[in-house]
Amino acid sequence: MTVSRDNAAVAPEEARHLPGHFVTLAIDQPMPLESGASLGPLTIAYTTHGTLNADASNAILVCHALTGDQYLLDRHPVTSKPGWWELAVGPGRAIDTDRYFVICANVLGGCMGTTGPKEIDPATGKPYGMSFPVITIADMVRAQKLLVDHLGIAKLFCVIGGSMGAMQVLQWAVDYPDCVYGAMPIAGAARHSAQNIAFHEVGRQAIMADPDWHGGDYLLHDVRPTGGLSVARMAAHITYLSETALHRKFGRNLQDRRALGFGFDADFQVESYLRHQGFTFVDRFDANSYLYITRAMDYFDLPARYGGNLQDCFRVDGKVTPVRFCLVSFSSDWLFPTRESRRIVHALNAIAANVSSVEIESDKGHDAFLLDEPQFHAVLAGFLDGLAEHRGLKAAQ
Amino acid sequence: MNHVGRFAEPAPVPPHPGQTIRADLQPIADMVAPASRVLDVGCADGALLHYLWHAKRVDGRGLEISHEGVRVGISRGLSVTQGDADMDLADYPSDAFDYVVLSQTLQTVRAPHVVLEHLVRIGRQAIVSFPNFGYWRVRLQLLLGGRMPVTRGLPLQWFDTPNIHLCTVNDFTTLCRDLGIAIDRSLALRRSGRVIELPPGRVANLLAETGIFLLRKG
Repeated sequence: MTVSRDNAAVAPEEARHLPGHFVTLAIDQPMPLESGASLGPLTIAYTTHGTLNADASNAILVCHALTGDQYLLDRHPVTSKPGWWELAVGPGRAIDTDRYFVICANVLGGCMGTTGPKEIDPATGKPYGMSFPVITIADMVRAQKLLVDHLGIAKLFCVIGGSMGAMQVLQWAVDYPDCVYGAMPIAGAARHSAQNIAFHEVGRQAIMADPDWHGGDYLLHDVRPTGGLSVARMAAHITYLSETALHRKFGRNLQDRRALGFGFDADFQVESYLRHQGFTFVDRFDANSYLYITRAMDYFDLPARYGGNLQDCFRVDGKVTPVRFCLVSFSSDWLFPTRESRRIVHALNAIAANVSSVEIESDKGHDAFLLDEPQFHAVLAGFLDGLAEHRGLKAAQ
Repeated sequence: MNHVGRFAEPAPVPPHPGQTIRADLQPIADMVAPASRVLDVGCADGALLHYLWHAKRVDGRGLEISHEGVRVGISRGLSVTQGDADMDLADYPSDAFDYVVLSQTLQTVRAPHVVLEHLVRIGRQAIVSFPNFGYWRVRLQLLLGGRMPVTRGLPLQWFDTPNIHLCTVNDFTTLCRDLGIAIDRSLALRRSGRVIELPPGRVANLLAETGIFLLRKG
């Protein structure tokens, strides 16, 4: 397939015109990275909703997934689509912005205003491209910690996220156990599986095989590897859905035709749908960001630092972590299946940590956490209510 | 939620808890010391834990097999893990709780003896309740009717029940002895809802509709 689109994605110089907030941190001292390199100063783009209370005890950090961004509630500035989590976040929603102060920041390495490979490297005056250091989930979280410190919040009421967001939630709980009261990793895992790494590699190879990629320097050539990026998105998108959901949505239905075309146009609705997914994705996402962020997910292995012992991740000075956990998985999610969540639950139970866990029955696959799942939203709201009661947080006015 | 082994739908928890809970849960709640740590195995919708938190500020955890029960429990602000008494108790460390509660669940598990050993390992004490198959009305039904008893305590037909390991009070106390488990208290819940302290034996085996025991490792 061919996808020809102009450089519709947000160019670096336009980033400052995006809605939301921007802050530049790590100015005097660059932020150390897990790789040993360091990065700074760095800009973090974020949005907030609700009001921070007087003792800064009602802040919820929402961590977005691979291709998400800080616009969880606002209309997206590029696609004009509703916020990616508007079903779960907002006044009177499960994450009630009348009660909580919700922060969502574009991850390090992202492409919606936070420092990433398409931003200008102050050292060279050119976009970082492939000279951007390889980052990890822990690095993303360290950058978020800088932001949370900057906002004057000593302890987050809760950190919540799905998929790659769940990885960040776990990393927060492990790296900053005293700065997190509750943690809700949704559809996540303690480490990325071989199968998931394999899917990511397919996506990366598609991008790098696109002649417009130019070794990562496409911005200097005034082109973008849209074909490769959209194929990457198409492959990944399949993994976000369940077979049942795909079948229910499309079956073998034909697209705008009554009979097979005996060619390679999108005969089937499912092909047309995937092409559309790929096609629209390139409008809002940067190919190099896709490479860097998928790499960060691949490198995620929470217990690796602890000799492979997952329980030890949740010990603080020999004692059990004070963080209260609630792990959620979805029955038809084969990308981050329930057994991955259960591994974490078992480790937490084994050290008598405070943990809840539930598998939500859904046939919508990995993407279920983004969709209208009333049972999931009830758990989300219920966990926060219980947390608020234990924390002594007042109800919404 | 019936398939988790409850005999009846749990009564809804009142808006201002601290007043009442289901009759067979009250004597269990009464045994629990305030501000202690409790694991409720097979906690259903979390009614006991909810009550214990509000009435006694008990730090509770639940283990529950049904999606619906877990969801309701978490939505009530409880810490509930989805899991199975037969499969998941092995993951819990020893002496992690003051009490481990197994209410009306023993007869539904695959290996009651293994579960019992886990209970007294994980908790300093365990509280176990189960429908007594030696209860005189149950005996009478089997004796006179010649068919599997269907009573208020055992409301489901034999083919429909989740109860796969029914036992009498005497069977239970014998098993405890064989496993080296000490019985600190033994209560009989009468049909009237009255709870009487009865030492294990013939009388308790006839009069208890539900047997409730406080156990520890012997």
